[in-house]
Amino acid sequence: MKRMTQLISVCAAAAMVMSAGSAVFAEEGTFKIGAIGPVTGAAAAYGISVMNGAQLAVDEINEAGGINGSQVELLTADDEHDAEKSVNAYNDLKDKGMQLLLGTVTSAPCIAVEGEALNDNMFLLTPSGSAVDCITGENAFRVCFADPAQGAKSAEFIGSHELGTKIGIIYDSSDPYSTGIMESFVAEAENQGLEVVSNEAFSDNRTDFSAQLNKAKDAEADLVFLPFYYQEAALVLKQASDMGFTPAFFGCDGMDGILTVENFDTSLAEGLMLLTPFTPNAEDEMTQNFVAAYEEAFDGLVPIQFGADAYDGIYAIKAALEDAGATPDMSASDLCDLMKTSMGNITVEGLTGTITWDPATGEPEKEPKAVVIENGEYVALD
Amino acid sequence: MGEKQNNIDIIKSMRRKTLRKSMLNYGIVIAAYAVMQIMIATGNISSLLKGLLVPLCVYVIAALSLNLVVGISGELSLGHAGFMCIGAYTSAFFSNAVGNTLPDLPRFILAILIGAAFAGVFGILIGIPVLRLKGDYLAIVTLAFGEIIKNLLNVLYAGIDSHGLHFSTTSAMDLHMEPDGRQIIKGALGISGTPKNSTFTIGVVLIIVTLIIVQNLINSRNGRAIMATRDNRIAAESIGIPVTRFKLLAFAISASLAGVAGVLYAHNLATLNTKKFDYNTSILILVFVVLGGIGNLTGSIIAAVVLTALPEMLRFLNNYRMLIYAIVLIVIMLFNWAPASLDLRSRLREKLFSKHKSEKREEGEQDGNS
Repeated sequence: MKRMTQLISVCAAAAMVMSAGSAVFAEEGTFKIGAIGPVTGAAAAYGISVMNGAQLAVDEINEAGGINGSQVELLTADDEHDAEKSVNAYNDLKDKGMQLLLGTVTSAPCIAVEGEALNDNMFLLTPSGSAVDCITGENAFRVCFADPAQGAKSAEFIGSHELGTKIGIIYDSSDPYSTGIMESFVAEAENQGLEVVSNEAFSDNRTDFSAQLNKAKDAEADLVFLPFYYQEAALVLKQASDMGFTPAFFGCDGMDGILTVENFDTSLAEGLMLLTPFTPNAEDEMTQNFVAAYEEAFDGLVPIQFGADAYDGIYAIKAALEDAGATPDMSASDLCDLMKTSMGNITVEGLTGTITWDPATGEPEKEPKAVVIENGEYVALD
Repeated sequence: MGEKQNNIDIIKSMRRKTLRKSMLNYGIVIAAYAVMQIMIATGNISSLLKGLLVPLCVYVIAALSLNLVVGISGELSLGHAGFMCIGAYTSAFFSNAVGNTLPDLPRFILAILIGAAFAGVFGILIGIPVLRLKGDYLAIVTLAFGEIIKNLLNVLYAGIDSHGLHFSTTSAMDLHMEPDGRQIIKGALGISGTPKNSTFTIGVVLIIVTLIIVQNLINSRNGRAIMATRDNRIAAESIGIPVTRFKLLAFAISASLAGVAGVLYAHNLATLNTKKFDYNTSILILVFVVLGGIGNLTGSIIAAVVLTALPEMLRFLNNYRMLIYAIVLIVIMLFNWAPASLDLRSRLREKLFSKHKSEKREEGEQDGNS
């Protein structure tokens, strides 16, 4: 029995230590915005970009006098692209006094966190969570297009720009993002007069795509649609080139980042087209300033569209908070109630286009943009 | 007569020892539960820790169930995430299909039973052919099984309408549902919107049920037979123990308990897809078992709790936390298994033991009195 009492007291002591960090109260006078995303693991490129973009926007806003005269603080947490860890990250940020959430970055974790945020009545704006279910509640909004919108917009773009007629598709059947886009692409392709000649799936952690590529090659596809993330896409491009298969390739926003893959011969990506709302070498002044500031702040790193989504997200939050006349001493729940209506009133002239929101669905309204990779750089396609 | 009496004494003292060992596990769980409840009641708990309580229960149950296979029956399973996956999907499907026609608690209890039953059935199906083999075949087959389940569920679409259930493996359109139909399993998107029924209390109750099942099995006639097949298969066969049947018993129970862990997981998050249940999770559960000590249930509980909570508690270290986590893993491993550390521990124990001996005798007398 003695040992048991010892054990219990150890447990109790450990629990005390664990809870010691919990009593954090919101400081007077600062808005605390949380950002959750994968900073480690396979999807780290997106998370890091979102954190950087958001930080940049927050720094700019603070320098210009803050929101309604109050400073903004950005709290970040890593979720490793895992739903369970993402909920942990969300709870951790709540402990740190988060009032508004910019996140999460990837779809499946976002669905889980949105469930929690809905219970807490916490305002959620996901920069890049594109699955339909990411924003089921009235408290949730997004900056990027939803998956079905991306698939349909891709088909529309390929059809209206006559980029190809016989379409081969390779998609990741284990990934909701990829399957979601594929389904809406196939549905829209018919309307655009496109013929889907091969539609092959692979499962995550694949490194050999020769079977899928051969199917597309045998079916004489002149454009291969790759609605998945850039790590696998780099392998697909390499293997297609090895087997002498040279159709046009078209990707979605997950393709963004392909030029940053280590040991990837970027010349293989020449001519690759992707649907992305942001091009770092676009001519307009806002993009130029953003890219320059981003490169300066983060050691010459070139921003990808996730960073731009996050940047626009922070400015959207700013605009909505100003519209509502919110102050930092309000609780997360009160702020959320104000934001629900204010998000419908604002128009954000952002990096990813001129965005307005539908407060009923939380979906953004903006024009799609596509780019092609030329000489190792994104060039806008229009 | 004297010898017989002596034997009975030995058996009695062994029984007391196993009983004490079993009670220790219940004690730890109940004490932890009590501490947490006090902290919740007094508002002394961080949201992070509160959110972690159910996942901790999930991993403790998973680790206990795997320990039954790895520690007690001496086989290696690398597909326990697959059984969790089956439990999670079947129960979440059930809860979503039934919806609000049943009150929360009875529906969740049914969901737990359904998840456990399906996972158990799959355990038996896998076990029948494989447990007849000698060597590491179970490890290979369970690894494959986990991946197969994951990929099958990735292409599964299911929905419900006024005509009943519809299934398809191609697309949502092929379900051919009536307009009033609801899609429940959406291929790779998995299941979203599962009611959040898992609570810490239910989790702890399930841990205790798991402990009762596992500990009573170990200390039963069947359990001794299972351990005999582990220790020496030929000797066990020679005294007439049907090796396959006993290994199958342990494996099926373990699979269905892993299914329960899956049910708890599925009813804790608003989203469920197969990505979580890949071999990394199977290996993670195996890590809990190995670090806690193979065959040691207390160790499994503690390892599962510490290793699940640690990376979250280290969040303040930002980018260094996974590095620290990895170092902690290595340190624990060395502490548990390195010869120098074993030597040091045995010397420490000797020192303590000589001091404890007199105390223990007193304690024993007290036990006898009460």
